[in-house]
Amino acid sequence: MPLKKHPINTEVAYTYIVSNKRLTMVAALGVTLGIAVFIFMNSMLAGFDKSSSEAFFKSIPHIRIYKDDEISKPISSQTNNNIPVIINPKVVPANNTIVNPKQVIQLLKNQSDVAFVTPQLTVGVFYNNAKTQISGRGIGILPEEANQMFNMESYVVEGSVNNLKNNINGILLGAGVASKMNVTEGDNISITSSIGMTKVMKVIGIFQTNNSVVDKTTAYINIAFAQQLLKKNASYITDINVNIKDYTKAKAYAVTLAQLTNYKAEDWETANETYMAATKMRAIIIRFVSVSILLVAGFGIYNILNMTVMQKINDIAILKAIGFNGFDVVKIFVSQALIIGLIGIVFGVLFASIMVAGLQNYYVGGDIGYFPIYFKLSNFIKGVAFGFGVTFLAGFIPARKAANVDPVSIFRK
Amino acid sequence: MKEIILQTKSITKHFYEPVEFKVLDDISFDVYKGEFLTVIGKSGCGKSTLLYILSTMDTEFEGELFIDNQNVSRWKQDKLATIRNEKIGFVFQFHYLLAEFSCLKNVMIPALRLGKLPHDVIEEKAYQKLELLGLKDQALKPSSKLSGGQQQRVAIARALINDPLIIMGDEPTGNLDSVNTQNIFSIFKELTQEFGQTIIAVTHDNDFAKASDRTIEMQDGKIINQDYKFN
Repeated sequence: MPLKKHPINTEVAYTYIVSNKRLTMVAALGVTLGIAVFIFMNSMLAGFDKSSSEAFFKSIPHIRIYKDDEISKPISSQTNNNIPVIINPKVVPANNTIVNPKQVIQLLKNQSDVAFVTPQLTVGVFYNNAKTQISGRGIGILPEEANQMFNMESYVVEGSVNNLKNNINGILLGAGVASKMNVTEGDNISITSSIGMTKVMKVIGIFQTNNSVVDKTTAYINIAFAQQLLKKNASYITDINVNIKDYTKAKAYAVTLAQLTNYKAEDWETANETYMAATKMRAIIIRFVSVSILLVAGFGIYNILNMTVMQKINDIAILKAIGFNGFDVVKIFVSQALIIGLIGIVFGVLFASIMVAGLQNYYVGGDIGYFPIYFKLSNFIKGVAFGFGVTFLAGFIPARKAANVDPVSIFRK
Repeated sequence: MKEIILQTKSITKHFYEPVEFKVLDDISFDVYKGEFLTVIGKSGCGKSTLLYILSTMDTEFEGELFIDNQNVSRWKQDKLATIRNEKIGFVFQFHYLLAEFSCLKNVMIPALRLGKLPHDVIEEKAYQKLELLGLKDQALKPSSKLSGGQQQRVAIARALINDPLIIMGDEPTGNLDSVNTQNIFSIFKELTQEFGQTIIAVTHDNDFAKASDRTIEMQDGKIINQDYKFN
């Protein structure tokens, strides 16, 4: 049986750690703080992104499919015989309905990455109040499906989305419209569509999104009623809303859906470019801050570990004199650094978890509710990987320097 | 026929700081197996520097160094570390012990590094070496708690642990009283005569040198006498 070699390098490293408890603790604390702040900041970033996307998807789908307006094309674009051709492109006066929407919806539903599909028909309307008219838009929906997609029930403040299903002429009014019209649940309201149809509708509920533009203009109605307001038949659908399984892939997936259906497919990021730009900027700022913290923490850790190696430079010379080679010396100090790193990482992860959990239970109020921060495994993995990386280098670099010199040149100093 | 264990050929070394200075000049000599060799000379004559070169801890020199019939002059650091671990025991002028370890551990570490024996055998052996040097009762104390002379003896025990071919000492008895010096001397004698180990010691102590097998005298970086005779 081969002799199992005593792990003397590890033993030496362990002795150094135990006999310099204060230095070990200070170094570990540096790792702890760096990692905790890094994980915390990134959890916050993830929380912001998640909460703002969630707020977004209360009113818009991941991908919206509709028929885009077409511009007329000249019959002849040839100008080869020097005859000037005057062209006057115009929007083709075709209607922008989706042909055979049931088939398109079925086709979309069959896609593996698609989570949910529902049609929508938007009508420009006026809410009539005596002589004044408030312009707005009525969104024709299938109440049950739309509720599933946008979680509408969460922002209905009076009545219920389900009432819409039971009342073909029901209307779910935005809170701003309702207060201007001075109506509450159960009242009647007269609306006129963009093509001049006037109907009396029953207010079956009021919603409030805290987006004042939406609240002051929008009303949800049954899609069948919207078709009536436009004097169209039951297959008249202008929009199909699609939710996919991973909304972050909407941009790429929209291209696929456009090819599949031959209609325009617009993803939520393209539809909200300004908002996306703001989100990106916020992400960049938080990343910069967290990376700077990492760098500062990294240098701190490096300095402390470098100091421990320099303190032990005489020991390194002795160890080399009695037969330890450069690799042994590096191993001793790298394992010392990694043990310190491990201690720091354990506490850092613990600390970050406590901070995230604490802030998760902090009530901010308003639309946001609880502070938007959440546990994201990848942030923790990144933090831990960084911690090990920095502590490894912080042990390795000074140890390698010390490992490659003649022991005598250390003794002579 | 005496067997050569260590040989130098024209070893020359310069110091470049603060000014260029030839500290060793054309040093050539042989050391035989089982020989107790001492090197004497005035302070600054280069005898410690020479010893560091012989111990492979200093690789910046010109000339050739043979240890156990191998030319180690151009060897890499790591390979030399292995030679030091296996074949050379070194006792420094000042006690160089690892302060955070017990005396016993200090003695054991070179053997643990070599890894040829199980841990408990090494421990037993370390106790024997400490006993030989009269320190068995101090074995578990931290090395920094011992007196200078005691530390020096621990360092000697450490140099002996791997039963090296050559034991080198830079003033190995410099910190010791006459009783202990006598003790170390008889240990060295026994090692050379009964176990065939070789001792090379740099010393100021003429009595110590006088009792060794052979004494080399150095002056200004040169060997002026390969076999110095005391009156």
